[in-house]
Parts: sequence; structure tokens; C-alpha cells
Amino acid sequence: MNTVERLILMANQIATNLATDDAPVAAVADHIQQFWDPRMKQLIFAHGTDGLSPVAAAAIGRLADAQNGA
Amino acid sequence: MTYQPQKDFGTPESRSNEAVSLTIDGRNVTVPAGTSVMRAAAEQGTSIPKLCATDSVKSYGSCRLCLVEIDGRKGTPASCTTPVEPGMVVHTQTPHLAKLRKGVMELYISDHPLDCLTCAANGDCELQDQAGAVGLRDVRYDVQATHLGQEKDHSNPYFDFDPSKCIACSRCIRACDEVQGTLALTMEGRGWDSKISAGFASDNFMGSECVSCGACVQACPTATLVEKKVVEVGTPERSVVTTCAYCGVGCTFRAEMRGEQLVRMVPSKDGKANRGHSCVKGRFAWGYAQHQERILKPMIRASISDPWREVEWDEAFAYTASELKRISAKYGRNALGGITSSRCTNEETFLVQKLVRAGFGNNNVDTCARVCHSPTGYGLKTTFGTSAGTQDFDSVEDSDVILIIGANPTDGHPVFASRMKRRLRGQDGRPGAKLIVIDPRRTDIVRSPHIEAQHHLPLRPGTNVAVLSAMAHVIVTEGLTDEAFIRERCDWDEYSHWAEFVSQARNSPENLQPVTLVDAEDLRAAARLYATGGNGAIYYGLGVTEHSQGSSTVMAIANLAMATGNIGRRGVGVNPLRGQNNVQGACDMGSLPHELAGYRHISDGDARRLFEDDWGVTLDPEPGLRIPSMLDAAVDGVFKALYCQGEDILQSDPNTAHVSAGLAAMECVIVHDLFLNETANYAHIFLPGSTFLEKNGTFTNAERRIQPVRKVMTPLNGLEDWEVTQRLAQAMGLDWNYSHPSEIMDEIARLTPTFAGVSFARLDEAGSLQWPVTADAPEGSPIMHVDGFVRGKGKFVVTDYVPTDEKTGPRFPLLLTTGRILSQYNVGAQTRRTENVAWHPEDLLEIHPVDAEDRGLKSGDWVKLASRAGETTLRATVTDRVAPGVVYTTFHHAVTQANVVTTDFSDWATNCPEYKVTAVQISASNGPTEWQEEYEALSTRSRRVEAGIPAE
Repeated sequence: MNTVERLILMANQIATNLATDDAPVAAVADHIQQFWDPRMKQLIFAHGTDGLSPVAAAAIGRLADAQNGA
Repeated sequence: MTYQPQKDFGTPESRSNEAVSLTIDGRNVTVPAGTSVMRAAAEQGTSIPKLCATDSVKSYGSCRLCLVEIDGRKGTPASCTTPVEPGMVVHTQTPHLAKLRKGVMELYISDHPLDCLTCAANGDCELQDQAGAVGLRDVRYDVQATHLGQEKDHSNPYFDFDPSKCIACSRCIRACDEVQGTLALTMEGRGWDSKISAGFASDNFMGSECVSCGACVQACPTATLVEKKVVEVGTPERSVVTTCAYCGVGCTFRAEMRGEQLVRMVPSKDGKANRGHSCVKGRFAWGYAQHQERILKPMIRASISDPWREVEWDEAFAYTASELKRISAKYGRNALGGITSSRCTNEETFLVQKLVRAGFGNNNVDTCARVCHSPTGYGLKTTFGTSAGTQDFDSVEDSDVILIIGANPTDGHPVFASRMKRRLRGQDGRPGAKLIVIDPRRTDIVRSPHIEAQHHLPLRPGTNVAVLSAMAHVIVTEGLTDEAFIRERCDWDEYSHWAEFVSQARNSPENLQPVTLVDAEDLRAAARLYATGGNGAIYYGLGVTEHSQGSSTVMAIANLAMATGNIGRRGVGVNPLRGQNNVQGACDMGSLPHELAGYRHISDGDARRLFEDDWGVTLDPEPGLRIPSMLDAAVDGVFKALYCQGEDILQSDPNTAHVSAGLAAMECVIVHDLFLNETANYAHIFLPGSTFLEKNGTFTNAERRIQPVRKVMTPLNGLEDWEVTQRLAQAMGLDWNYSHPSEIMDEIARLTPTFAGVSFARLDEAGSLQWPVTADAPEGSPIMHVDGFVRGKGKFVVTDYVPTDEKTGPRFPLLLTTGRILSQYNVGAQTRRTENVAWHPEDLLEIHPVDAEDRGLKSGDWVKLASRAGETTLRATVTDRVAPGVVYTTFHHAVTQANVVTTDFSDWATNCPEYKVTAVQISASNGPTEWQEEYEALSTRSRRVEAGIPAE
């Protein structure tokens, strides 16, 4: 498993475990923001949404947008 | 201080609040009701002769030496078994008593060797003392038959048993029963034939059930049971109070010394964690400190294929700093990182994380809590507001129901287990607490002498959350919650959401039984017992955290405690049993990449500014890399240098192949340790470390208790570990000038609100302090969340069961779970270099008889243990301790390297590895695996040290 594959696995795992949260996308985005180092975030932003669950993809998208000032 | 034995009050302390006044030898004394006359006398400084009494065990009344006269009473009652009464007038020294005592002593001495001058206990023998105290001058009996000349039992590696010196006082038996709770010793025969025996008459100490805790040796009033080290070097001449460096219990010991030589470690009665008890590791397994394999000089090499070259400290620091600066300049500051040690002191871990944040200029600092209790930090902070257990150890004395999940306290936390077992057995007419054990294995505490768990739920590994959801289902749907507590202390909306979730039919025990393999009726009964049985306390360990849902399980545990109102007072709570001695402290000190000391997120501008102002640097507001992410980044070629203090990640972390690939990809691996550990095979710089006996500092145990570690001997390597980190920081250009660890603690207190009232002076005064230590709680906080949760309202979190991605299948049909054993500690770097190998010379694979038979295996056979990650070989032991389909082993021996087979799967929130669930296959083997052979060759090659050039 390479690093990006591992990050996809981690993001999906976080999304699955936060699925019962009232606002799962926000919860996943907040978790990744709080615990992932900048390089991990950049790698997953650069990767795109392939292999990500819908909640994980939306959370990653939200973080990428925030970084890009969207 | 000059050597003084610990004061012995003869009988245990009474906890009564009622005071009783009496007169002893003309002096008035007031003591709690229930106190013995002997203890009352001792408390006023009067020493009544005694032999069979000691204050660690109940009075026995057999030796007839402690007789006293009491006005208005007939005869001469034994003071140890006579409770005080109001107005009682006691005489401890009268001519009649003197005559009786002398007669008793004469009988004892008539059957005791008169070799005092050459006896190991000479000068430290109660029999000798009492003979002097009663004025015995000669023995009139012409004894024909004696117990002298019996064969000694030298079988235990740490103490000898000489039955010829035994006075049959039974103190050792009672210590084993009451203090340790193993009940290994007994009195064989009757009357004249009475003899202490370890188990059956055919057993010696080593062959018996004795766990070598040392309680019997400590209780023995003669040299019958005596430490081999005392026999070898003589009695101590001074003692220093310090804290054990093994598990998270944090026992207080007296290091008893002759000069700079450690004679013995004796558990201190004043220790608030251990209350005078010890285990085989803390009591005896400290020989590694002087082991010949200890590295005492710094060593460097350009490549791991080169032999090591010994250098002086100055060269080592200059070279290390130049390498770190070179790599930072070439690859950027984020290419550097550090790992703090849960075996080192708070002050040392604080300095390592400070070096990383202020010196390396990033937050790439992590600690071995990553692989053990990081989910505790996440789970308890989320639900309660702080990353720590809620109770002190004394709290267990008030528990009515004890729920143990994923912990094996008799092996992992033996001294606390003894205290727990005492509560489970019941005492003085008070019935014992009820016990629920949730564990795939039948651990020792499930059934041991006078203890039998009401419910053992042998769940399928990986289904903790499902089991706890099912328990919550029962508690909520059967109306067993504590609604008043929840309404007052927790967020009601969050509770309602959680209650609605757990009430769903899919979370019923019956529905989940096929997943968990736990009998639904048994689970229902266990849930009812926990909710309604009085004070319910949950104790958990790595069987909770080391799963893909470790953090969820911690939160599920917190949910259960809040739902039943089992938080905020003695006897209840959520109690993580921490693995290593300073896991709690390492986390408290800011060793995690996203948190500063005191669990403040690195993105918190106010917290960051506090440190920036104090340290005079700018801190990176982004979280750094966790250990597994450091290894990923290393394999990707962007993480190049690691300072690893007191950890052996190659052996302790999962998927060894991945760890070794990460280490091999780095240009500068700095290992700071006592020994050339497995990680050092991939190191370029080795900085020799100091043992806990050679340094000052503090450890924080599982109950948040900050305890002093005191230097009792000069570091063999020349520097304490905090000095090594400081010298490295100075070489990097940092202006650090600590002259003593107390100054580091002052800085910690200045920057960490929960440590605000902590200083070495306060610790010396109080003995220990449990954080938070603040203006509101200057004496510390034994119990947390008493009037409200730290976060405000307790937070219920929905924890849905998510099966792990690690699946069994035709190729790997069994589930491996790993753990530890009493006599060994973690990666074994310390305990493997002691006589403890006598109990556990190798890792063994436990396999159920059905699975063994299917594979044609028997106990003692070599087997191959293979997973998707790798394979190793070890010997099998066939046992029904494990369920069919489950196998178990320990990870103490580098030769086995159990982590070759564990995988990269980890906790969703913290990346704590999923050590407890690996799909494996077992088959017969006739030799080591390819990995083992290659690794053995690498180790031999990597540990070469260049021959020194002899001085002219």
C-alpha cells in the first residue's frame, strides 16, 4: 500500500466511523484538519476523489476549497 | 538517608472514623476504633515484642510474644488480636510478661541455627532483634530433635528459601494470600511437622504457582526467605525513595543501597499507588541496569552497513547536530522528527518535544502512546473533556461491580491486580465485588483462588463496539439508566440521540450474537449487573485501544459509565490501565504531533503564543506527523532524520517490514537508548541512555499521579538523558541552560494549567500529586469530574460497530491477538536482560486444541505463523484459554518478532495499530522463516563495533 492509498483508506475509515454524526461531512473535514499534517492533506487534495466514499470526498473537497479560498 | 527499615505497626490500619482513647504504659493515646493494642502502642512509639505480626497482613496471634496485661482482664492477651477499648489501661512491660516472653523466645531459639554472624539477615532480622529485646541470654534445653539442616531451595532466581531458619509464623503464607492474592504457599504438615511449602510437597518455589512478587520475602522476619542479592553483597546501608520504571501502576520503591550498589528494591508502604506491594519486575528485575550489553559510549557511522565507531560525547553532539542541520537545509525542516519515550521522565519527554518544535521547527513529534493509548486520549477527551482516567487506585476499594474489558491486569498491571483481587475476594465480612470480564481469552482473573467472574464474555476479537452497543441496548431498553445523573451532568439531546441509536433492534444482544459470538442471555445479565449492582468501575487496556475502532470503544465505554451514573465519585469511573510507566506523562507533556503540553491543540493561537513567548520561537500551527506517517513519508523520500529516545519501534510497531523500509530510507536515525535495540540496526548515531536509577525526574502513572524518580547512582554513560537532549539542543544552537530537572518541571508548570501547582519541592513534601494540581486543587485531584465534566456537559457519542477490514478467509482462517506476560515487559529490552527469562524464555503461540488437532500440532511443536504482512516461527502451546479460531502470542522477544505478522490497519481516529486482530494461518514448521534468517544476519552485521585503537 502506498501513501496515497493509505490516505484514501484512512479518509474512508474516518467517514464510516463519523457517519452517524449530525453533520458527517463537517465532522470528517474537522477531523482531518485537526490531525493530518499538511503534506498528507496536500497529497489527498492532489489525488482527487477516486476511491473516496461520498462523505470523505465531500469533506476533502471542502478542505481543499477552504485552502484555495473558494 | 542512613538505612532505617520501614516502620512496622504490627497490624493493619483501621479505617474507622470513631476515635478510642486508652492508656498504654501510663501514656494516653487516641486511635481509630478497631485498632489493635499492638498498633496503638506502635503509634505512640511503644514497641511490643512480636514475631508473627506485621502490618501488611491481618493479625494471627500465634507467636505469643506480644502478650500484654490489661487492667481488669484475666491473663495475658495477645496485643495483636486485642482491639482497643475506651479507657483501657495496658501494660506492655511487667516482670510477668518478661518471663513469659523470654520463655517463648527460648523455645524459638532452641530450634534455630545460631549462625547469626554469618547469616545474610544479620542486623536485619526480627528474630535476632526480639531475642535481644526480651533479654534472652541462654537456652536451657538439650534439644534432641530440631528442624535444622534441611535442604535449601535455591530454585527462584531472586530469593532463597531456607526451611531450617523458619519459625512457622505463617507471615509469608498470609502475605501471599492477603497481599498478593495468589495463595501459592501453604503450611504442610501439622505441629512439629509444620513446614512452609510452595504448593504441593513436591514443588519448589520455581515449580509452584508463586509469581515471585516478593511479598513473602518482605514479610519474613528471619532469613528463611531472603534476597539472593543480600546473600551476595550484604545488607543495605542507605535507602532512597523512587518510582518503578516498569508498568503504568507506578509503584513507589525504596532503592536500598550499599554505596552506589543497589542491594534491593523494596516496595514502600507510603506508596499511594502500590501501598507496599510489588511484582517480580519492579522488585527484582533491575539487573539490566548493569548488564554487559549496555552501551556506555556514543557511536556513529556513515552507513548502516558500516561498523559502529565509538566517539566522545562532544564529537557525537557536533556530528549529530551537523547531520540534522544538513538534512534540514537539503530537504527542508519537515524532513526531521522525533519520538519521545514513555519509559523516560516527564522532563525528558518535554525536552524532546521542545527540541522538535523549537529546534527542528515542526511538530513531527510522536510517542509510543501512538501504538497503545492514543485512542484513550481521543475518546476520553471527546466524551469527558480530558485525556485521562477518572479515578485513583484506592477507588477500587469502594467498587461493587468491576468490569474489565481488554485488559489482563494480573499480567500487565500485577500490583493493581492484587488490590483489585482483594476487593473481589471480599474482606472482614464484606462481600467481594462482582466481576465481569470481556476478553477473547480466559485471563487469570476470570478464575483464580476465591475469585470467579460472574460473567466472562469471550467475544470474537474486533467486536468490542458491538458488545458494548448490546450492553447499552439492554441498559436503555430495560430502563436501567440513571436519568437524574444524565439530565444534570450530560447533554440531554446527545444522550437522546445515542439512546435512540442503541435501542434499535439491530443492536440487541440477540441480533449481534452471530457477530460477537457472545451468548445474548449472558450479555444481558452482565449489562444488568453493571447498571444495577452499585458502584460500577470499568478498567480497560490495550484490548480496547489496539483495534480499528479503538477510539470508538473508549467512547462506548464512556457512554456506558455516563448512562449509569458511574462517574464522579469513589468506586466508579473509567480507568485506562496504561502500559508503560510514563505513557500518561509522555502524552501530558505534549508528545503528540497535534497537541502542546496539557492537551491544547497546536492550532490554538493562545496556547501557542504562551509557548512562543516562553521559548522565543515561532511555532508551526499545523499538526505534525504521527509515527506511521513519518514512516510513509520516509519511504516517499521526504522524511530523512529521526531522533528516537527510549523506544524500539522496529520491534514494537506493527508490520515490521514497513517500519524497516521507512528506517532504511532515512539518512540519519538517532537512537538514544540503553542497548543496541532492534531500531538501532538501522541507526547512524547511537547516544547511550541512562536508567531510571541514574537520573532525577518524574513519572506520571495511570491514575495521573506525578511521582519523583530519584538518582541513586552515577550514570554509567556519564549523562542523564535530559542532559543528552540538552547538549544536542545546544549543539543545534538552542540556548538551553537547565541545571536540574526541577527547572524543567518549573517550565512545564508555568506553561501547563493542569500542572500549575507542581514542583519538585511540592512533590518532595506530598510524596506524589495527581493532576490537575491547581489553585483550586492544590493537593491534586484523586477523582475527576466530581461536580461536573471537564468539558462542561458529558458528551454521548454514537458509536456504530464497523467490522475491521482485516478479514479471515481460506488462506488465513484464524485470528491472532497479541499481549504480554507477567515476567516480561514490552519489547523485553530490559526484562530479557534479567533472570526473568527463567519464566518466559521465548514467545509461545497459544492455540485451541481443536485448531491444533486440525493441523496435527501439539504443545512444543515449532509452527509457522503467517499473515498477509509476513511470517515468523515460534513454538506452540495447546490450551483452551483461547477460543477455537483464535490464537495468541506475546511480542517480548526480538527473535520471534510477532510484529512481522501484524498489519498496517489501525484505529480510524488515531492510527493506533490493530495489534489485536490479524488474520493468520498456523502450520507445522521445521525452521526459521526467510525473514528471521535475513534479519538475524542483518542484526549481526549491524551490531559490529569497530575495534578501538589501543593507547600507546
